[in-house]
Amino acid sequence: MTRPKPEDDEYWNSSKFSAFTFDDEDDEFTKMKESKRAVNSMLVDDDDDDDDVEKVSWSGEPIGSISWSVKETASSIRSSGEQSFPKIDITPSLPKQGSGYSLSSLFKGKQSKQFQSFSESFTDTSVRAYAPELRKPKSECKDYMSDWSPEETVRRMRKGKVFSLERFRSLQEKLLLLDEAVSENDGNVITAVLIYLKKSLSKEILFRELMLREIALRHYVHYLKEMGEQKLLVELMKALGRTDDMALMQYKEHLNIKDEGQRRDFLKNCLSLPFSQDDAIHVQDHYTLLERQIIIEANDKRGDAEIFKKFPRKASILNMPIITTLYYSCFYHYGESDGTFSSPANIRKTFRISEKQYILTALGARAKLKSWFDVDSLFNTKNWLGYTKKRSPIGFHRVVDILQKNNAPVQVLQEYMNLIDDPELKLSLAQKYKCHDIVIDTYRDLKDRQQLIVYRGKVERGSKEDKKIEELLCNMQIRWKN
Amino acid sequence: MAAHLSYGRVNLNILREAARKELREFLDKCAGSKAIVWDEYLTGPFGLIAQYSLLKEHEVEKMFTLKGGRVPPADVKNIIFFVRPRLELMDIIAENVMSEDKLQPPREFHILFVPRRSLLCEQRLKEQGVLNSFTNIDEYILDLIPYDGDLLSMESESAFRECYLENDQTSLYHTAKGLMTLQALYGTIPQIFGKGECARHVANMMLRMKREFAGSQNQILPVFDTLLLLDRNVDLLTPLATQLTYEGLIDEIYGITNGYVKLPPEKFAQKKPGEGGKDLPTEPKKLQLNSAEELYAEIRDKNFNAVGAALSKKAKIISAAFEERHNAKTVGEIKQFVSQLPHMQAARNSLANHTSIAELIKDITSEFSSFSLLSLSHFLNYFCQVLPFSSRVTSEVFFDNLTVEQEFMTGVDTDKVNTYIEDCISRKDPLIKILRLVCMQSVCNNGLKQKVLDHYKREILQTYGYEHILTLNNLEKVGLLKPQTTTRNNYPTIRKTLKLWMEDANEQNPNDISYVYSGYAPLSVRLTQLLARPGWRSIEEVLKMLPGPHFEERQQLPTGLHKKRQQGENRTTLVFFLGGVTYAEIAALRFLSQMEDGGTEYVIATTKLINGTSWIKSLMDRPEAQIS
Repeated sequence: MTRPKPEDDEYWNSSKFSAFTFDDEDDEFTKMKESKRAVNSMLVDDDDDDDDVEKVSWSGEPIGSISWSVKETASSIRSSGEQSFPKIDITPSLPKQGSGYSLSSLFKGKQSKQFQSFSESFTDTSVRAYAPELRKPKSECKDYMSDWSPEETVRRMRKGKVFSLERFRSLQEKLLLLDEAVSENDGNVITAVLIYLKKSLSKEILFRELMLREIALRHYVHYLKEMGEQKLLVELMKALGRTDDMALMQYKEHLNIKDEGQRRDFLKNCLSLPFSQDDAIHVQDHYTLLERQIIIEANDKRGDAEIFKKFPRKASILNMPIITTLYYSCFYHYGESDGTFSSPANIRKTFRISEKQYILTALGARAKLKSWFDVDSLFNTKNWLGYTKKRSPIGFHRVVDILQKNNAPVQVLQEYMNLIDDPELKLSLAQKYKCHDIVIDTYRDLKDRQQLIVYRGKVERGSKEDKKIEELLCNMQIRWKN
Repeated sequence: MAAHLSYGRVNLNILREAARKELREFLDKCAGSKAIVWDEYLTGPFGLIAQYSLLKEHEVEKMFTLKGGRVPPADVKNIIFFVRPRLELMDIIAENVMSEDKLQPPREFHILFVPRRSLLCEQRLKEQGVLNSFTNIDEYILDLIPYDGDLLSMESESAFRECYLENDQTSLYHTAKGLMTLQALYGTIPQIFGKGECARHVANMMLRMKREFAGSQNQILPVFDTLLLLDRNVDLLTPLATQLTYEGLIDEIYGITNGYVKLPPEKFAQKKPGEGGKDLPTEPKKLQLNSAEELYAEIRDKNFNAVGAALSKKAKIISAAFEERHNAKTVGEIKQFVSQLPHMQAARNSLANHTSIAELIKDITSEFSSFSLLSLSHFLNYFCQVLPFSSRVTSEVFFDNLTVEQEFMTGVDTDKVNTYIEDCISRKDPLIKILRLVCMQSVCNNGLKQKVLDHYKREILQTYGYEHILTLNNLEKVGLLKPQTTTRNNYPTIRKTLKLWMEDANEQNPNDISYVYSGYAPLSVRLTQLLARPGWRSIEEVLKMLPGPHFEERQQLPTGLHKKRQQGENRTTLVFFLGGVTYAEIAALRFLSQMEDGGTEYVIATTKLINGTSWIKSLMDRPEAQIS
């Protein structure tokens, strides 16, 4: 940024907009406040403000824009007292995802019975698509319809004119038609032809021919996916040797199952699918987890134990991630023997949870309950001489953070803060959480007299801390570095 | 209304006018008074083409949103459905038609499919037994929508997913179609360059379509000299990085849809003197953002750190202009002052809005904006570990995130498990944030070591749920996440050759495109820049490291249409991003257009305007259940 020229200064000093001071070069954003203030102070003649400015309703849509008008014309009807007219605002909003351009968007229909009959009937009696043109007498075009070449047929399909696919009878003719459709790249037409082929060719032959036609195959896979023709899709994937894809595709189905029992059974069936090695492990874990959650849920729902009365559950544990489940277990089932499904130790072992994750989770849960004793024992290790020592895989600064978040008393905080090795880190945390003793002791250990004097200004005059600093500063034994 | 479309190098208003003309023609086909029933999704894109007034001129008296049941009563002759070709919408239309009140005078029904009619949808209507109820079934080809003076978008949200994950190339077909329409209006584009599989496919389709029209020569003098088609997967890195331009940040934080943004209303309440505690509005404030607004056009492409100064400069100018009224003594002077008032008031409102937006963003990014990032990264690295997470404010989160991104982009420790990412997972930060970072690390390391990848995967699945194997698999399929297959990481070579990282990026007075990410120069734009000068031959080696073929095609022009370039006249290049483009990339291209000795001006087209979050979200399975 540039410094204002002297004449500017003069101007600003004499004007009533004293809000502008350009002295503070470093902070761009103090200026923003200033420009805002300036803007506000400019509000001189409010009433005729917007006269010639584009009108904008509060929601910001320019009055007259389409989305504004949809609301507007609709609500004018509503206000005219049509009681029977349902409110337009509560329209279940239509799916917004999807481009409106793609194959996928063509097929997202409800999979009702009607729908299946639709794709069947596509080729059943007449393979004509009824564009409005067709409501002209049929005889008009029937005669020459049978002579159309694949090129002509595809062209007519693209133009939305009447067409017939019935005349393509032999395999060769059908494939010519397909190739022609593919070469035009129009997904709409390709899919229409594929549906005809699906109906009129045996699965084996169709699959064989599709394998030689990559683009047609992609459209077909997509079509089956969108239509939810799971069984056929799986067969196709098998034929293509794409078994991982097939397995995942089937696994995905579980998302549509609401009932947890059915979901569990479905996942169990998934276990035999040919997943990649890694995915297989994850799916196994997923199944095991849900199975356990169902058992735990059934027991805990009654909420007999004291802990449930004291801390009623806010939600069911079903379908929660494993880490959440572990937290739950550390909260409600801590100290249960390893043998029970709900015990933290058992969950940790079954799901191969890393030590770090386990400590983080258990710490969070026990700190929430203010069980400082449990927190303590999480970090206790005995060495071979039998001395207890505190050890943590996550760094004691993280431990302190979590404890602080759960409102741990100062003594507890200090204990863990003292275990932080890095003095800088310790100092910054201690200052942040106002653990004066630690700050003072650390400066003493660092022999940093200057900082200690500075810090004295931050504690209350005459307090315990103040006296402690005073004593230290007077202590002749300490060899201060400054 | 759309004057801003004609200010650019290429008058995009022609395209908009063509679209409006077609719309009018269709409306006139349905003679008499009419009501439009809208597929809600379409109102946004249509808003970029037409206002309600246009429809009203053509006897559109009512508009409704499409929903089940009966079309609301309206005393009109025609009911027109404006819909995307989707089967579930056909079911609703059928329900509408069937429940039409038989006692009322009959109304005529019409359908306008956008952007294409569909055989299957028509078949579905027939199935439902309503196809014969329609007087007109038509299509409204809306491929490329003029978004701004130099920007076209297909507004096709799932194009990337379709092209790269599901291998559905339908959106590429529409791209090619859209480019043909564009050439019909602006002349044949003599040179086509491209990089990537999809680019190749689009170019092939275009050349084929041109051959089909071989009979009719396009007699329009070409406006565009060059078309550059770029696959998004050639540059997977750029959208993952947090955009640091003003417009980019607005999009990252609040999301811009169809040129509009919704903002928290608190900062927009105008406090008028003497009106103390007025009720604050609770509805989000919706603002339109485009170059029609002078101030916005000026600041949107600036690095956010330069926005404060620009705003304050503007405030000064406007205040001075308002002060003029004290100097206006004669009637003539006063009259002149008054005549300028509307413009000044608009400018003042605009300033007020952007000051508020900048404040909102500042609250979130303030650490970024008060530090100069570039030289401090080592100090910061230490600083970040020190910062305790329990008391983090948003700005610290933003800052830490940015620091890690910049480390990855400069190649620091990309082969190890990153502790910041681990911490984010253990804090249960939003999954998309985690995925953006992990993908970025993978891209910057040309794949992650198997052990590192497995670790991230396990942590993500354990913390966010096992069902996310689906999403992780999707990310692997499109190449955003992958195990390292060779020991050789070619990212450093790419970074150095293309100068993707500039240590001394100048945010205030930029001299290089890297200012848009405060140091990182978007790969896609670097490729564009190098194509113009000195040409891709100089970077053959790097081009080979990036996925997909690169190619050049020429389209013959009829004699007489060859442009005779004036001395010093700039070339015009249309850059088409297949699979999406970010606002920061657009800013970088605009920067190149404005460079004094650049020699090339750019018009940008894309399937969709994206940011890292919307992009990753489009690749997730059932994202709605997972966004927290």
